[in-house]
Amino acid sequence: MSENGVTGDGPAIEARGLVKVYGETRALDGIDLTVRRGQVFGFLGPNGAGKTTTIRILATLARPDGGTARVLGFDVVSERNAIRARVAVTGQFASLDDDLTGYENLIVFGRLRGLSRAASRRRADELLAAFDLTGAASRPVGGYSGGMRRRLDIGASLIVTPDLLFLDEPTTGMDPRSRSQVWELVRQIAAAGTTVLLTTQYLEEADQLAEQIAVIDHGRIVAEGTSAQLKARVGSGTLHVRLLDGEQRPRARAVLAGTLEGPVRLGADPLTLSVLLATPADPADTGRLVGHAMTRLSDARVAVAEVTLGQPSLHEAFLALTGHPASPAVTDHEDANS
Amino acid sequence: MSTPTATSRAVPEAHRLDGLLAPARPPRRAGALAASATFGWRAMLKIKHEPSQLTDVIAIPVVFTVLFTYIFGGAIGGTPGHYLKTLLPGTLVMGITACTMYGGARLAQDVTTGVFDRFRALPVWRGALVLGGLLGDAGRYLLAAAIVVILGVIIGYRPDGGAPGVIAAVALVIAFGLSLSWLWAAVALLVRAPATVMSLGLAVLLPPTFASNIFVQPRTMPGWLQAFVNVNPISHVADAARDLMNNTGGTGGPVTWSLIATAAITLVFAPLTLHLYSKQG
Repeated sequence: MSENGVTGDGPAIEARGLVKVYGETRALDGIDLTVRRGQVFGFLGPNGAGKTTTIRILATLARPDGGTARVLGFDVVSERNAIRARVAVTGQFASLDDDLTGYENLIVFGRLRGLSRAASRRRADELLAAFDLTGAASRPVGGYSGGMRRRLDIGASLIVTPDLLFLDEPTTGMDPRSRSQVWELVRQIAAAGTTVLLTTQYLEEADQLAEQIAVIDHGRIVAEGTSAQLKARVGSGTLHVRLLDGEQRPRARAVLAGTLEGPVRLGADPLTLSVLLATPADPADTGRLVGHAMTRLSDARVAVAEVTLGQPSLHEAFLALTGHPASPAVTDHEDANS
Repeated sequence: MSTPTATSRAVPEAHRLDGLLAPARPPRRAGALAASATFGWRAMLKIKHEPSQLTDVIAIPVVFTVLFTYIFGGAIGGTPGHYLKTLLPGTLVMGITACTMYGGARLAQDVTTGVFDRFRALPVWRGALVLGGLLGDAGRYLLAAAIVVILGVIIGYRPDGGAPGVIAAVALVIAFGLSLSWLWAAVALLVRAPATVMSLGLAVLLPPTFASNIFVQPRTMPGWLQAFVNVNPISHVADAARDLMNNTGGTGGPVTWSLIATAAITLVFAPLTLHLYSKQG
């Protein structure tokens, strides 16, 4: 875990009661956070929940109005330079110099990180090759695609391997292929021993990458745990029903709403609907309740193609924990029928 | 969390970081001078990649020197040649002051693109980014100065102060321009929008450039305007440039006043800029 010469054994991040006020808004309203060294920690929340503000404080770019935080054992207010030397930040919008070429961007960061001219050039060449950007190295970054920018952006954060990497919404607005490339990069960076704090509005991203997830909403952490733990907190599971005929969906919805406790939601696919099941007093009753609902569907002459009972998705977990969906980007046609 | 399992996995289109993330002993923190030089290099690269940003730097001194020499020269100074003695050191001052807000606009652009925060999160001296930008500004000012002087010589200006006088005048005006660079850097960090810095720059710089003795001596102006022209630092810097270039130094009063104005503006705005830079939002 300490392959990068991480000193000390304390947590990578320890924040207690962080508060940040902008005018009338409490952007952060008492954030507690503990991130183990070597962990990929997911910070999940909608736009404006306080994710970026938290990163700005932890990366010494903003000063907390209340609370304390230590990053790699150093205080975020009084020991800023010690933190800056060991941490890299990749911001929400790929923050590179559009006028400069990819190569020149990396050289600038290499020199500013204290590498010699020769070492900066060597490192830039290595990173450009690893990130498949050698062909674009001498082109201005302004002409790069979103995926190329993000790769160069992450590369710039690895000029000197950081002990802790902040990734603020690394895949927002990316196509699926670029997204999976970035995910693979994050896995490799974490495997090499760097602690990663990743913010995202995508539940799938947190699910895929993060060992530990904190859900943030309105400047507060509303839930924390592994992806499985968060899903378990939400309810006993979700019943997914797929119909043969979409015309029958309103009828199926009425039947399910009448027989099961919990909101019935219509899927984006006109043939599907799902029920977030409330946990019954005795969990063993779940099967009987679902069976009863199936019988009632048959009685109502609704033709069912497929029925599955599964754990709730992180999306459903988010909805249940915060009372609203994670973000417009991931919201399907929902209709919380409660 | 062992390296082999994760990196040996076959992944389509994967970018392999094998060996790249090896424990690198963190290098020593970049020194203040090295960091400033890096930012200066960056500023030069931006000019190299985007030479069109020099249009104003070239156009303003050319247009005003030629225009005033031939249109107003005879009327104001008797003959164009005679007028050039007064005008050319003045357009030198104008050409440089008129492009002092570009550095600020560039800094504001760094703020809006987010690259500013990325620089700020690095363990480098807080003044390095602005100082590096000033190196880029100095390059721009030197170009403007060279254009004015060469153009002047072509159209008949002969400096009595010779090369030493011209060099001294250019150095003095660039120093004055750099003090204004600090001013615009502070403005950039306050308003954080490149377009606002540019329009503020025009609005703030244009009136005192004309309400100075660059083009005409204030004798025919109304009293209140004369009063302004006489305290306007741009008038003093223009007079100082005339003294140095035309070798009419005398007691050197304008030079002294120019140096005092330069020092005063720098002493106010350099610390303010550094404060705004490191202020945590």
